[in-house]
Amino acid sequence: MAESSEAERVTSRGGGLAAYLRRVHAVAEKDVRAEMRSKEVVGTMAAFAVLAAVVFGLAFDLRVPRPELVVPGILWVIVLFAGVLGLHRSFGSEVERGTLAGLLLAPVERSAIYLGKVAANLLYFLIVEALLLPALLILFDVNLFEPFILLGLFLGTVGYVGVGTLFAALTSRNRARETLLPVVLLPVLAPLFISGVGLTSVILDNRGSAEVWPWVGIIGLYDALVFAVAFLLVDVIWEQI
Amino acid sequence: MTTAAASLIRCEHVEKRFGHKRVLRDVSFTVVEGEILSLLGANGSGKTTLLRIVSALVMPDKGEVWLGPVPLSSAADEIRRYIGVVAHYPLLYDRLTGIENLEFYARLYDLTEPQKRIEELLRTMDLWRWRDDSVQTYSRGMSQRLAIARALLHDPPVVILDEPDTGLDREGIQLLDGLVAQLRSRGRAVFATTHNLERAKSWSDQVFELRSGYLHHVECSDRIGH
Repeated sequence: MAESSEAERVTSRGGGLAAYLRRVHAVAEKDVRAEMRSKEVVGTMAAFAVLAAVVFGLAFDLRVPRPELVVPGILWVIVLFAGVLGLHRSFGSEVERGTLAGLLLAPVERSAIYLGKVAANLLYFLIVEALLLPALLILFDVNLFEPFILLGLFLGTVGYVGVGTLFAALTSRNRARETLLPVVLLPVLAPLFISGVGLTSVILDNRGSAEVWPWVGIIGLYDALVFAVAFLLVDVIWEQI
Repeated sequence: MTTAAASLIRCEHVEKRFGHKRVLRDVSFTVVEGEILSLLGANGSGKTTLLRIVSALVMPDKGEVWLGPVPLSSAADEIRRYIGVVAHYPLLYDRLTGIENLEFYARLYDLTEPQKRIEELLRTMDLWRWRDDSVQTYSRGMSQRLAIARALLHDPPVVILDEPDTGLDREGIQLLDGLVAQLRSRGRAVFATTHNLERAKSWSDQVFELRSGYLHHVECSDRIGH
């Protein structure tokens, strides 16, 4: 292109992993900076998570002999539903404010945009979980700060955010995205939910590490599949947006 | 002896349909360096679809668009750094400040000297004083000026203006007119859509109108400044 040298003069489109990660970081940092000012996503998710824990506490207070029986389910149900509240804002806010086109017009790999969004969402989830675990400790007197529970929760969150961000992109142009996202997302999350509850129950029941690793393996495999599929689909999804 | 100007946008026999509706039919045009093409058309006539195709956001069903010698279909991701788009909505993050918005886009475009370029553009657009203010406090005109700065950040050879005069006050319009003249003098190819026939004629070397998916030439002999 005759004028390409002009654009090349002010840009230095570098290949390689470092340049790719810089673009991922730029997208993630932009989202986190905007969120720090609005507190739109984390505030909603955290408020829901703590309130839901209180409601579950009131509901099970008089009827459950051992809280360890219900806390694994409560933990993962709250993470699941609090997550849906935040995930639809990931691309929904970009669509509402018309900024998604700005991202798509930039010479950035679609997977870098996806990974940047995943990184920001992962941070929001971890903040909410950091508030939820003490809340469950206070309300149910169950200590979830066990290394394997934390590992399972982290791996499960990575998988959840991976698939949730992908589905949030897929549904972002739909006017009914707030109701559509949970409908399409929750069935896909079933294996993760079952494994998360299973892993947490095994730890709380002190059944030994031999029973822990299969659950960790399933969650790890789920994560690997999610990101492999996301990288295959992400360009196709963007074409539809 | 004069040398022929190089074509920067070449659209050949482009067709696009959504379901059964044929939005674009056999659309062809060329914009050479230093030339401005304006596109008119009623709402829903396909202007935005054509603009999205030229911006490498959407692929045509038939035909091809070339930016210089490069077909968009072969390198859509990479080719985007040669295109700057000013949309009728500003593509800005209202929670970020003016300078943070430009810094973010500068990182996406891998600018070599972002601070220098950002300051230059903010001063040109008369926004330097408000650089640290959140964009949500900007007026419509200020946002649109920042949007123009965002689109020109990477100094693209091809500039696409989608109803860029929407919401601009008189000063903003003057700024835009000056900017278009500057883009012309610097050999940029400009592809603009507008509802304003007089503005289209005053800016442009070629004016077309989209009707029923077909491109019709509009006479523009009274262009101002020529």
